[in-house]
Amino acid sequence: MTVLAYLIPISLCLGMIGLGAFLWTLESNQYDDPQGNASRILRPDYDDHPKA
Amino acid sequence: MAAELRMSASACPACAAMPAAEALAARAAPKEARLILSLPTAHCAACMTTVEQGLMQLPGVHDARVNLTLKRVAVAADPAIGAETLIAAQDRLGYEAHELDAGMLRSTATDKAGRELLMRLGVAGFAMMNIMLLSVAVWSGAEGPTRALFQWVSAVIALPTVIFSAQPFFRQALRALRVWRLNMDVPISLAIILATVMSLYETAEGGGHTYFDAAVSLTFFLLAGRYLDYRTRAVARSAAEELAALEVPRATRVRDGAEEAVAIAELAAGDLVRVRPGGRMPVDGVVVEGTSELDRSLLTGESLPVWTGPDAIVSTGEVNLTGPLLVRVTAAGRDSSLHRIADLVAVAESGKNRYTSLADRAARIYAPGVHLLAAATFLFWLLRSAGDVHLALNIGVAVLIITCPCALGLAVPAVVTAASGRLFRRGLLIKDGTALERLAEVDTVVFDKTGTLTMGAPVPVNLADHAPQDVALAAALAAASSHPLARALAAGSAAEGLAALPVEDLREVPGFGIEGRWKGRRVRLGRAGWIGATPGARTATWLDAGDGIPREFAFADSLRPGAETVVADLRRQGKAVHLISGDTEGAVAALAARLGIENWTAGATPAEKADRVAELTAKGARVLMVGDGLNDTAALATAHVSISPASALDAARVASDIVLLGTDLGPIAGALVTARRATRRIHENFAISAAYNVIEVPLAMIGVATPLMAALAMSVSSITVSLNALRLR
Repeated sequence: MTVLAYLIPISLCLGMIGLGAFLWTLESNQYDDPQGNASRILRPDYDDHPKA
Repeated sequence: MAAELRMSASACPACAAMPAAEALAARAAPKEARLILSLPTAHCAACMTTVEQGLMQLPGVHDARVNLTLKRVAVAADPAIGAETLIAAQDRLGYEAHELDAGMLRSTATDKAGRELLMRLGVAGFAMMNIMLLSVAVWSGAEGPTRALFQWVSAVIALPTVIFSAQPFFRQALRALRVWRLNMDVPISLAIILATVMSLYETAEGGGHTYFDAAVSLTFFLLAGRYLDYRTRAVARSAAEELAALEVPRATRVRDGAEEAVAIAELAAGDLVRVRPGGRMPVDGVVVEGTSELDRSLLTGESLPVWTGPDAIVSTGEVNLTGPLLVRVTAAGRDSSLHRIADLVAVAESGKNRYTSLADRAARIYAPGVHLLAAATFLFWLLRSAGDVHLALNIGVAVLIITCPCALGLAVPAVVTAASGRLFRRGLLIKDGTALERLAEVDTVVFDKTGTLTMGAPVPVNLADHAPQDVALAAALAAASSHPLARALAAGSAAEGLAALPVEDLREVPGFGIEGRWKGRRVRLGRAGWIGATPGARTATWLDAGDGIPREFAFADSLRPGAETVVADLRRQGKAVHLISGDTEGAVAALAARLGIENWTAGATPAEKADRVAELTAKGARVLMVGDGLNDTAALATAHVSISPASALDAARVASDIVLLGTDLGPIAGALVTARRATRRIHENFAISAAYNVIEVPLAMIGVATPLMAALAMSVSSITVSLNALRLR
């Protein structure tokens, strides 16, 4: 059962990382245009080089 | 290029906008102009690329980004670049664009409330998943120290989560309790707090049931309902704001002989303003110079233009048709007649007795019921166990948790979100949360005529009565003017395939008509008096082909697309259809006959329209009023529920509950069906959550409820309710 001493903190940490990522997306306005983003990803414009 | 784009637009009807709440985030405005354009026809990836690249190619434009959800494009450009340049560029690409008043949109640009709810939802979701993991171990038989460890870890996660995420419920509950009222948030808050506190106590004591998972998942599901509710309202609000931002933001002020464009807010009484043909009066005032005709249909419902000249009084919202006018401002902005009427409507609205929504009615029965049930259970067990407070409290709290309105909190918002999303895709914008429920009760529909059932634009009706040569001559003269009758005449003759005759020396005499020279003779097209004819009852313009004989070209208002179908559909649904107009009896009777409407009233003043609606209401009818003019606003505010087209005046849109975004009236009949189905779903959802309670509550009351049962009931009922709502899509 000592394995729990590792597993529980690890699982909590992973969850925290997920939560952190969610809060980051929230902070950087990534939910402003869900429909536009869904379409934007299909555009070939910046496939070869990133947007300057 | 343009044709190709339009084709792609029609080839992809399914990608119409989904409503979403995320408003534009406030971006810092550096030393460049930020312009926002509305793009009502943009809808897919190809549109986005075309619009962005087209704008970026313009010199002076730094950045352009389309927001497809809100159908807007934000442009950063040199301050010298005006919206007109951008709109013209969009027009060449085949997209309709309108400038939006950035100042008006900025007030709610940062969607703080929505983001806060989303953050609380995210935290609650994280905590729920982790606690569930630990709880599964406990349910499947963890014993002794392991169980104690898991319960403590759950407690450490649950406590901060509940304190942070459940705040919106606590705040609402406190607000209600302060005025000695009960709302849905009171039992919710009580259940969350009691579940947490009791579980903490049990954890410290060791051994008992803990409800941390219930407390947190309750918070999560209810926050989800709250967020949906918020999102629906935010979409409506941002779109309504957009409509308001479409109003003329600028006027041309004349000062010391020089013209300058200024914001209307900067105009003061005494200023001189130039209003060009086609422009809308930005202010109330007196004409100083120039003659013209004014279209007052939006204000009074009159379909005929009115002559105006020096010393005539003009009001905000009238459209100048033929000649430029110089107007001395008597009242602008907040003092103008338009705003005063909008204020009156606002007063009428606040006086309107408030409709109690289904959710409120449910809460009124539910909240006291739950408290009584929990209290009775507690007292029963206290007596039965001869004073075992711990046991009685445990069972009482279990009852509170089980009955907690998890599904009830989702029942209404999930359905309303699904229904308004469906209506939005069809071009109807729900401005008010209870509008759907009220729409479902409608049994009588009252239409306005000018601008609602008709387009408010004339079409020639008797071209065939004239010699082709006369028609061609009239069309040649008409082509020189932007007067609506002249434009209609030119378009009508072009449709007949007649080539315009060579007329020389064309000139427009503002307020009267057009004059020219043909085969050496003076020819005229214009007002009856100017041609030398006696005006008839019909809307008409007159032609003098140089022989002194006046020829009448009569016009009728063209029907709005979908007007015939919507009336037929409504009658098929068994609704009573009425037509109330401020126009003349002949015009109204003709339209009523054409559409098959038996109940019609002509020549009604704004007050009479409202009285007629009030009279129908007094007879027990639930009235849906559809109107667009300033003369309809009082009736719109009086009716049970109201719809106005997006082309309506600001005041009319403010007064109505639903805005029709497209030109087609057709969606109205479908909206009534959707509204009825939505209300049925809401009732079903109430029944579903009640059914779960009927099964679970007795078990909780006899003291055999376990945390596993609570968790199951909560999740399953929430999911069934959401799925039931999704059936609407």
